[in-house]
Amino acid sequence: MLVAPALVGLAFLVLPLVGLLVRAPWSTLGTRLGEPQVLEALRLSLVSATLATGLCLLLGVPLAWLLARVPFPGARLVRALVTVPLVLPPVVGGVALLLVLGRKGLVGGWLDAAFGITLPFTTAGVVLAETFVAMPFLVISVEGALRAADLRYEEAAATLGATRWTAFRRVTLPLVAPGVAAGAILCWARALGEFGATITFAGNFPGRTQTMPLAVYLALETDPQAAIVLSLVLLAVSVAVLAALRDRWVNAT
Amino acid sequence: MSGGLDARLVVRRAAFDLDVELAAAPGEVVALLGPNGAGKSTALRALAGLVPMAGGHVRVDGADLRALPPERRGIGMVFQDYLLFPHLSALDNVAFGLRCRGARKREARREAAGWLDRVGLAGHASARPRALSGGQAQRVALARALATRPGLLLLDEPLAALDAHTRLEIRAALRRHLEGFGGAAVLVTHDPLDAMVLADRLVVIEDGRLVQQGTPAEVARRPRTGYVARLVGLNLYRGRADGGTTVTVRAVQGEGSGGQGTSGVATMDTVDSLTGDVFLAFSPASVALYRTRPDGSARNLWRARVGSVERQGDRVRIQLEAPPFPAVAEVTPAAVAELELAEGTTIWAAVKATETHVYPA
Repeated sequence: MLVAPALVGLAFLVLPLVGLLVRAPWSTLGTRLGEPQVLEALRLSLVSATLATGLCLLLGVPLAWLLARVPFPGARLVRALVTVPLVLPPVVGGVALLLVLGRKGLVGGWLDAAFGITLPFTTAGVVLAETFVAMPFLVISVEGALRAADLRYEEAAATLGATRWTAFRRVTLPLVAPGVAAGAILCWARALGEFGATITFAGNFPGRTQTMPLAVYLALETDPQAAIVLSLVLLAVSVAVLAALRDRWVNAT
Repeated sequence: MSGGLDARLVVRRAAFDLDVELAAAPGEVVALLGPNGAGKSTALRALAGLVPMAGGHVRVDGADLRALPPERRGIGMVFQDYLLFPHLSALDNVAFGLRCRGARKREARREAAGWLDRVGLAGHASARPRALSGGQAQRVALARALATRPGLLLLDEPLAALDAHTRLEIRAALRRHLEGFGGAAVLVTHDPLDAMVLADRLVVIEDGRLVQQGTPAEVARRPRTGYVARLVGLNLYRGRADGGTTVTVRAVQGEGSGGQGTSGVATMDTVDSLTGDVFLAFSPASVALYRTRPDGSARNLWRARVGSVERQGDRVRIQLEAPPFPAVAEVTPAAVAELELAEGTTIWAAVKATETHVYPA
C-alpha cells in the first residue's frame, strides 16, 4: 500500500536531477565552464558563501552558547526568533534587510551618514543576505551539540584552573567541533544556494552581486544551455556537501 | 589547625541538606563513606567549589577559599569517570592545568611528562584517552590533578569504574601515590575495603550528617550505626548495661536489621562490664547453629527461623529471624547441608559471651 507512493515520491525527487544530467551539453561542458561570466559568478558565490559562513560562525557560536548555557527570561522567544529566517520566504528577508540596512533604512541611513558605508547592491550586501538566511542552520546545530556536551568536562577544566573562557575555548569548543563543522557546512550550502534575499537586497550585477543561482536564473532566459551547466556545478557542490555530512548523518541513526 | 583542610560544609538542596565538618592534616587521607544519597559527592563538590555553599568555610592551609570560584581554589580533583579531555593526548591532559596556570607549552609538557612517568605511563604520552584502559585513564587523571600541586586533593570514587581484576593493582598504586602526596586528601567511596586500604581516617556520612569517624580499625571494630555495621560486616545492637556483664538489647540495627522483630527484649551475656547505653556487636562468623538445643553454658542461645540463605565466596550467609533478635550468621556450605538449612527452618543459634564486643553508645 505504501510502496507505490513511496516510489512515486522517490522518482519525483530523483527524475529532475536525472533530467539535468541527460540534457547537459557534455561535449561543450569544458569550454562553457571556462567562460568568464561563469567563472566570475562561481568565484563570487564561493567567496561570499565562505565569508557568510565565517560571519555566521563568529556571531552564531556565541548565540548558540547563550541559548544552550545561560538561562534567561524569554530564552524560548529568542530561540523562536533565531529560527524565523528558516521559515521566512527569503524574498521577505531581503525586503526586511533593505528596510533596515538600505540607504534610507533604520541602521543603513546612519551607516551612510556616519561612515559613508552603503550595503545594498554590493558584494557586502550579498554576504549579509546570505548570513541572514544561513545563520539559523549554524545556531541550531551548535546549540544542539552544546546541549549534548557533558558539562562536567567544564567542571574538570575549572578544577584545573581554567577560567570559563579558557574552558570554553580549550575544552567545550573542541568537544562540540563536529556539531560546529556540520552546522558550518549546512550554513555554507544554504548560503551558496541563496537566491531570494540576495536578489532583493543586493541586486543582480555581474561580478559584484551576481552569484551562481542568480546567473542560472538569468541564463535560463538568454542561454538555456549555460543555465544547465551552471546548475550542474551547483549540483556537484550539493553532492559534495552531502558526502561531507554523510558520516555524521549515518552515525546519528 | 593551620595546615591541611579544615572545613564546615553547609549545602541546602530541595531534597536534603548537608552539614558536616571535615578536617584533614597535610599528608592525611580521609575517606568519606556513606550510603547512596548521603551527600558524599555533594560534600566533595562543595569543597571543589562546584556547588554553592549555604554556609560554613573551606580552609586549605589556613586560607578560606569559600568565596573563590573553582578555578582559583587550587584544589585538585579526580572525577569518578576521570573526565579526561577526549580531544587531548594523555600528555596534554596532564599539561592542561599547568597551561592554565600560565606555563609555556614546552615547559608544561616537560613537567607533564615527568608526572606521566611517575604514574608509570611515560610510554602513553601521545595516546588519546579512548585508547587507554580504565586503570591507565585513572592514573592519567591522578597525574593531571597532582600536576597542579594542589594543597588539597579530592578523589570521587576513584576505583568505582574499574573491573575487579585491575582494581586490586590500581588500588595499591593509588595508595603509593597518595602516600607520596604531601597535601591533604579526601576520598569518596562506598566500598569499605577501598576506604580501609587507602585512608588514614574514615568519616561516615548519613543523610547529610556525620555519624561516625575514626581510624579504619576503630570504625571496623566499633560501628555506631546500622549502615557502618553492615559495611564492616558485624551484627550490631543497642542496649543497656547494668554494670555487670549482662546487656539488655532493646533495639536492633546492623546486619540483623531487616528481620521482622524489632520489639521485645532480649538479654545477652558478655564479658565487658559497662554501665548505661551501649552498643553490642558480634561477627556473623561467631554465630553457631544447631538443629537441636545444644548443651553447655557460657553461651547466648536463642531460637530462630532461617530467612534468606545466600552464598558469599566460600561462606554462606544466613538471615536469622528471631524476634526480638534478628542476626546474620555465616557458616560453611557443609554446615548448611548437614543442618539442612532452608528458608523457614527453625534452628538454635548460639554466640559465646567472649565473642561479643560491648562499647559505650
